[in-house]
Amino acid sequence: MATIAGKEHWIKEHWLGVLALILALVFWACYAALIVKNSFLLPGPGDVLLAFIDLLQKGILLADFGVSLMHFAIGLSGAILIGIPIGIAMGWNRKADEFLNPLIEILRPIPPLAWIPFAIIWFGFTPVSAGFVIFVGAFFPILINTYTGFRGVPRIFVEAGRMLGCTKTNDQIRYIAFPAALPSVVSGIRIATGVGWMCLVAAELFGVSNYGLGKNLWFYYNLHQMDAVVVYMLLLGMIGLAIDMVFRYYIDRHFLKWRTGEVA
Amino acid sequence: MGRLTILNLNQSFPREDGSRLQVLEDFSLEVQDKEFVCILGSSGCGKTTLLRLIAGLDTGESGSIILDGEEMKGTNPKVGMVFQEYSLFPWRTVIDNIAFGLEMQGINKEERYHIAERYLNLVNLTQFRNSYPSELSGGMRQRVAVARALAVDPVLLLMDEPFGALDAQTRNMLQTELLTIWEKTKKTVVFITHSVDEAVFLADRIIVLTPRPGRICETIPLSLPRPRDRTSVEFAQLRRHVLDLINQPKCTLQ
Repeated sequence: MATIAGKEHWIKEHWLGVLALILALVFWACYAALIVKNSFLLPGPGDVLLAFIDLLQKGILLADFGVSLMHFAIGLSGAILIGIPIGIAMGWNRKADEFLNPLIEILRPIPPLAWIPFAIIWFGFTPVSAGFVIFVGAFFPILINTYTGFRGVPRIFVEAGRMLGCTKTNDQIRYIAFPAALPSVVSGIRIATGVGWMCLVAAELFGVSNYGLGKNLWFYYNLHQMDAVVVYMLLLGMIGLAIDMVFRYYIDRHFLKWRTGEVA
Repeated sequence: MGRLTILNLNQSFPREDGSRLQVLEDFSLEVQDKEFVCILGSSGCGKTTLLRLIAGLDTGESGSIILDGEEMKGTNPKVGMVFQEYSLFPWRTVIDNIAFGLEMQGINKEERYHIAERYLNLVNLTQFRNSYPSELSGGMRQRVAVARALAVDPVLLLMDEPFGALDAQTRNMLQTELLTIWEKTKKTVVFITHSVDEAVFLADRIIVLTPRPGRICETIPLSLPRPRDRTSVEFAQLRRHVLDLINQPKCTLQ
């Protein structure tokens, strides 16, 4: 009973959105079949579905997915491992802030894709090269949010901690500033996953691996198989969405449980 | 033990025009072991500055703060503090907030929960053991703050208008609870308030401060036995007496 009621509830809440998706699909199908009538200019949903099944059966999609995820993981983990410590240093220590801030401000506006030439020169045609471009995109949101989080740690928490014997800098960062700043750090990582994912296609374009969602999107464009291109476009969108959902529903609930009662 | 001696404390802050605002001037005070002292004064009279100096959160320009014959520099585990509000760590449950000081002392998990549990019990919040501060009312939060400060067993407890943000009914209830806890644990308490009613209800001795620079204007010992009845004639008389004293020109003039 509960699940049926739950389903009814879900439909009630989301039917408008579902309707829009169906309408878009119908419109796309009709427009492609009746007006454009050219599956190169605009492949219809049917073409795309067939291309999807074909690519899936050949095992290409799974390989693409795995390789892209690896590129993404290299970039994101690098950004987390380097961005968080620097953000902590700058947020906690005014001298470190003054020292690094101008450098960061100059590097930050450089678009991640502008780093591609150096990515190739430094790392060659390797997965690390693609990872580096994603790293550049993901690094700054993580750094900036960690920095703001640490800057905004309420003084009273630090003082309450000092009264209870938390007087060493390391302890203050570990037990007070970091947990207090965690919501900001997490939202920085979330923004970074979005930006990093955006960089993925471009990062794979210059031939760093034999597989990859971005790599093969380009490959099938060169073959003029536009139905396959649409498959990759939709997959890139959906995986990006899925990564964001992980943050919204898993990370927030498990690591930031204490914020549930607060006004966000 | 918990005998506090404050000698010739001076503190001033820079003003915008470059001159300095003298907040405390040659401030001296002696608090006996297990005494409950209320420091009463209007806002801006330097009472929070004074408390922060005793706590070791700030350093005075001159003078000394001596606890049981030992001069204090910086924060000290023998001194506990209950802040005005919002000082609980929101990412920690009630029990982990109370156990925080013990954790900092390196006491193992089992032992520190054992001790924290006792203080949780003392403030009657056993059923909220695993709640987060955001799930508690203002009064409950301050009770957790009291338990957290007491859990490390300080000899001196500083309280900075801890009930100031609460509604009158909750405030009265917490005052009664605080006295019960104080009778059980027998700490020296320095309690800051701007409420005459609160001071008369709680204190062994009331210290009235003058504003800018903060100086002791009156010292009023209270001998009325506890529990004190707010509605009694004696209580009303005492309150009027205190009000008369704090309204004398020498206590209000700058």
